[in-house]
Amino acid sequence: MTNELLNVQDLQTRFKTPEGIIHAVNGISFHLNEGETLGVVGESGCGKSVSMLSILKLVAMPPGEIVSGVADFRGKDLLKMTPEEMRHVRGGQIAMVFQDPMTSLNPVMTIGKQMAEPLMLHLGFNKEQAQKRSIELLEQVGIPQAADRLKDYPHQYSGGMRQRVMIAMALSCNPQILIADEPTTALDVTIQAQIVELTIKLREQLGMAIIWITHDLGVVASIAHRVAVMYGGYIIEESPVKDLYANPTHPYTLGLLGSLPQIQAQSRQRLYSIDGMPPVLYRKPQACPFAPRCKFVVEHCWHENPSLEPISDGHYVACFVDTKTGRER
Amino acid sequence: MQTENEVLVRVEDLKVHFPIYRGVIRRQVGAVRAVDGVSFTIKKGETVGLVGESGCGKTTTGRAIIRLYEPTAGKIFFKDTELVSLKTEEMRMMRKDMQMIFQDPYASLNPRMTLRDIVGEPLLSFGLASGKQIDERVAELLKMVRLSPDFMLRYPHEFSGGQRQRIGIARSIAMNPSFVVCDEPISALDVSIQAQIINLFEDLQRDLNLTYLFIAHDLSMVRHISDRVAVMYLGIIAEMADRNEIYTNPLHPYTKALLSAIPVADPVYYESRKRIILEGDVPSPANPPSGCRFRTRCPIADEHCAESRPEFREITPGHFVACFKV
Repeated sequence: MTNELLNVQDLQTRFKTPEGIIHAVNGISFHLNEGETLGVVGESGCGKSVSMLSILKLVAMPPGEIVSGVADFRGKDLLKMTPEEMRHVRGGQIAMVFQDPMTSLNPVMTIGKQMAEPLMLHLGFNKEQAQKRSIELLEQVGIPQAADRLKDYPHQYSGGMRQRVMIAMALSCNPQILIADEPTTALDVTIQAQIVELTIKLREQLGMAIIWITHDLGVVASIAHRVAVMYGGYIIEESPVKDLYANPTHPYTLGLLGSLPQIQAQSRQRLYSIDGMPPVLYRKPQACPFAPRCKFVVEHCWHENPSLEPISDGHYVACFVDTKTGRER
Repeated sequence: MQTENEVLVRVEDLKVHFPIYRGVIRRQVGAVRAVDGVSFTIKKGETVGLVGESGCGKTTTGRAIIRLYEPTAGKIFFKDTELVSLKTEEMRMMRKDMQMIFQDPYASLNPRMTLRDIVGEPLLSFGLASGKQIDERVAELLKMVRLSPDFMLRYPHEFSGGQRQRIGIARSIAMNPSFVVCDEPISALDVSIQAQIINLFEDLQRDLNLTYLFIAHDLSMVRHISDRVAVMYLGIIAEMADRNEIYTNPLHPYTKALLSAIPVADPVYYESRKRIILEGDVPSPANPPSGCRFRTRCPIADEHCAESRPEFREITPGHFVACFKV
């Protein structure tokens, strides 16, 4: 048994909007082991980003509200920390990389200044030490002529380079957990491959645990050890990565994988498509949130929301129906 | 594909350069060579996929074909008409037969117009229908894209991204065009919605005998929908071939790298696959490398590649490559 680094129980986050309350995350539980990469997959609005932002209390409150939950990080509940304690965790022990490398850097500050900030704040470095460490970090993420490029501003970097800088900054205080929120979505495929490769290399060197949030089932297959699939604010399937792709079980996971074209396929097959569209969660679902789009739906699904139950070692599914037989479990 | 050999669109040495102006008197100091000499044909009833990374000129090529951008040089033949030399009004009439679907379903629909006005506008502006006829045709078009005709008096903000893209598609087929340029029509959509839209494109192609130029950066989707695929890099076409040929037998080093970078939804695949990771970024099209455009990132380039530009030549029937090393 590996050591558990983070354990989240029954996390619920909602947002008050003029149109009503949006139930973004509806009671999810998961854990993260040391050195492990957890992929969190889902479409827009499924709650994957909000759940991770909630753990770091990065959700704007108001309108956001963390209704319930425990996020145990090495014996301390992140959700009960004071803002001051939280500041030491964020960027220090748990670091985050965001989707858009164009907007997550300050355009009027040199890269060097931005990189020195967390080093001076969290590790108490002086200017020279911070600069020396920044150069090391930039070299580590593969930026050539690192010493010169510290004086550059973000607009002088390309998209892929900016994402490298974001990763370098996230790694600067040797975090135990790196949360990466769609870090390659805005990048081209050859650059995306570079960043994934870099992350795998750094993971091996530094041994940190990673939570990789994405909508891309291909990227997650290449980097994750374990995958949680989210829909409508719930985790609906969780499994070791190989088992998930070999035995996808929840109707939504099946649909997602089926709707991807097979790159190896010689002949054209019609794509499997999931009818309808993802729900907007103005009400907390009382039934299975996927029922309106599900091809396996039975009467039971309309009355109760299935909980996440084990079907084999480490593989959990929230569904009343056994999709292999089409009958209720 | 009943009429296998009939060419619908022929592009010859198309160039689109955007001037760069500097200084007080706005002197031209250079040009962004967005498209720098591409030639290809699209046959009637087929789908040609145009892929490449951002800034490679794929969208500019698509837009230049229906003259939303003025080509700097080159010729475009549609059926038997040469488009570049047409006057504005003549070109406008041609667009009845050549339409475009845009990437962003949020920006491409006027938020102050109802669906009836959006989808019916081309009919009105070409004077093909009026009054009740428009209502009937719009209802018919909405049904074709699997939207309820009851939505006719609603506004775009009431619809999701996938539904908006359907509205854009309904507008583009309103004139019964024979050729549609689809500019990244699914990039902004969620995975489960992408498959719905792709299936719709295929149904419409079959029912209306459409010809598509399908621009995308998602190589697996492009393989799925296209009959032939062209790979662009920094303003030129690096390679073009049948869909299966280009994916099973890629010849250009860029195509090889691009294919190996596609994320595949199969963890077992990654254990065996050797990925080709390209170094560095795409150079600026305002100042492209001499000789072969790809040489700065190419794993097999030598001095020869810097001297002259490789010709886009046919290696085997239907398989074109621009590389000295093939």
